[in-house]
Amino acid sequence: MIDATILLGELAYWQQTSLRVVGGLAAVLLIAGTLVYLHLFKLVSFMQSRLGPMEAGPFGSLQLLAEVGKFLQKEDLVPRKADRFVFLAAPFVVLVSTFLLVVVVPWGPDAWFVDSDIGIYLAMAVSSVSVIGILMAGWGSASKYSLLGGLRATGQLIAYELPLILAVIGVVIQAGTMNMQLIVTAQADGAIFGWDGIGNPYILTQGVGFLLFMIAMQAELTQTPFDMPIAESELVTGYMTEYSGMRFLLFFIGEFATAGVFSAIAAVLFLGGWYVPGIDSDDNILNVIGPLVMLTKVVGLTFLVFWFRFTFPRFREDQLQKLAWKVLIPVALANIVATGILKVAF
Amino acid sequence: MSALFAAASADADIYVAQNVFFGLIAITMIWAALRVVTTSNVVHAALWLVVVLGGVAVQFLFLGAEFVAVTQVLVYIGAVIVLFLFGVMLTRASMGADESVAREKRTMATVTAVLLFAVMAVALIDSFEDVRLVIDEPQSTTLVSDSIFSQYIVPFEAVSVLLLAALVGAIVVARRD
Repeated sequence: MIDATILLGELAYWQQTSLRVVGGLAAVLLIAGTLVYLHLFKLVSFMQSRLGPMEAGPFGSLQLLAEVGKFLQKEDLVPRKADRFVFLAAPFVVLVSTFLLVVVVPWGPDAWFVDSDIGIYLAMAVSSVSVIGILMAGWGSASKYSLLGGLRATGQLIAYELPLILAVIGVVIQAGTMNMQLIVTAQADGAIFGWDGIGNPYILTQGVGFLLFMIAMQAELTQTPFDMPIAESELVTGYMTEYSGMRFLLFFIGEFATAGVFSAIAAVLFLGGWYVPGIDSDDNILNVIGPLVMLTKVVGLTFLVFWFRFTFPRFREDQLQKLAWKVLIPVALANIVATGILKVAF
Repeated sequence: MSALFAAASADADIYVAQNVFFGLIAITMIWAALRVVTTSNVVHAALWLVVVLGGVAVQFLFLGAEFVAVTQVLVYIGAVIVLFLFGVMLTRASMGADESVAREKRTMATVTAVLLFAVMAVALIDSFEDVRLVIDEPQSTTLVSDSIFSQYIVPFEAVSVLLLAALVGAIVVARRD
């Protein structure tokens, strides 16, 4: 493991851990808030010629607090026939999986939560845990809409987890490591046909992988056009139907936070992460600039996610499964084979 | 992780913190395992199984085997349990207690479990009786992959062919035409 900064070196293990927990909470909640405000409240309002929040605070920026307040004061309803514990615990399982995802993302040369050899593999593993939360919500609600939504969500998440992981494998082969930090430095030290001006962001060599990752990510987040699980015209809101108040808010935060964290992972894998061309990749200044660079990339990538979400019609269930199994997975496998051959050849 | 291991190996050979947490998690796992077989609701049984398998992953982490721990989460919790729950919910996801689940073939199941436990306990004690496991740092993923693709390449390939055969076989069995 790489030595931490001098500051961290002087702190005890538990102090470092507490700092990281606070940092992780900030990373998840701030990004979720930013995305809700920028994309959901403002951007989409412009796209759809709606007014969007304007009254609360400058440019409607306090609307977010108002919404949170609204959800917090609503009654926390539990259906009478519901399985009480499973119903109440489900949103936390989903949210915890998001919090565990953010720990692998590096934000600067020394600004990381966990610098692990298995970084991206860990991310893929914990992201699959949220499926259990969704199944718990779907079954525990004792409602037909919820159960159908939960089943649809699971079928979809299983199908799209494969192209997501297979798309990552191309990057792992090229970088020769699963460590997120080393993937960033591999891109920073890379060169495009001998020209090392901007390093070698893997979007250039793994363009196919990037496309696959973004499509599979859209489906993993159950954003339109992949929102069969919460299709409001058929299932009310799918597995979230029976939730209200705080627990609905948890699902809502989870949705946007996961969009942010997945975009951050995509930024690290394909767009060079926190690295800024022209600055030495272990320069201390990158600990300050790095998080901002990452945030810019996250906002850019989530812009794509929400642009698709609000402009595309919904896939039918069979089309959705066909796309995953018959198009994305074969393409991803071909990408892995091609990457492997080129890696050995060069 | 490595800071923890370094601290432990610096002052003594006994990893106190690890042992305490091993005990706590082991007790939780045993309790959850008992609930898996005694609960009369299939979905609850599957969810208790998540606790057991998650506990196994944490125990692997205490042994410094990061890669195995994460594989445990990805394969067992992320795939096996999810498929299990998915299957249960598609067929018989009754909300209340289902008495037939827990009562059927209880004697045979108990006998099998006790025998399995006896065999495994004897085998483990026999082979690792006085061996001290020294863990100075987490096992590196490079090491795991190097040994899979050199020393254990034949078993690895055999297992992958076997899995492929099972996959094809499942499709053949499931097809109706």
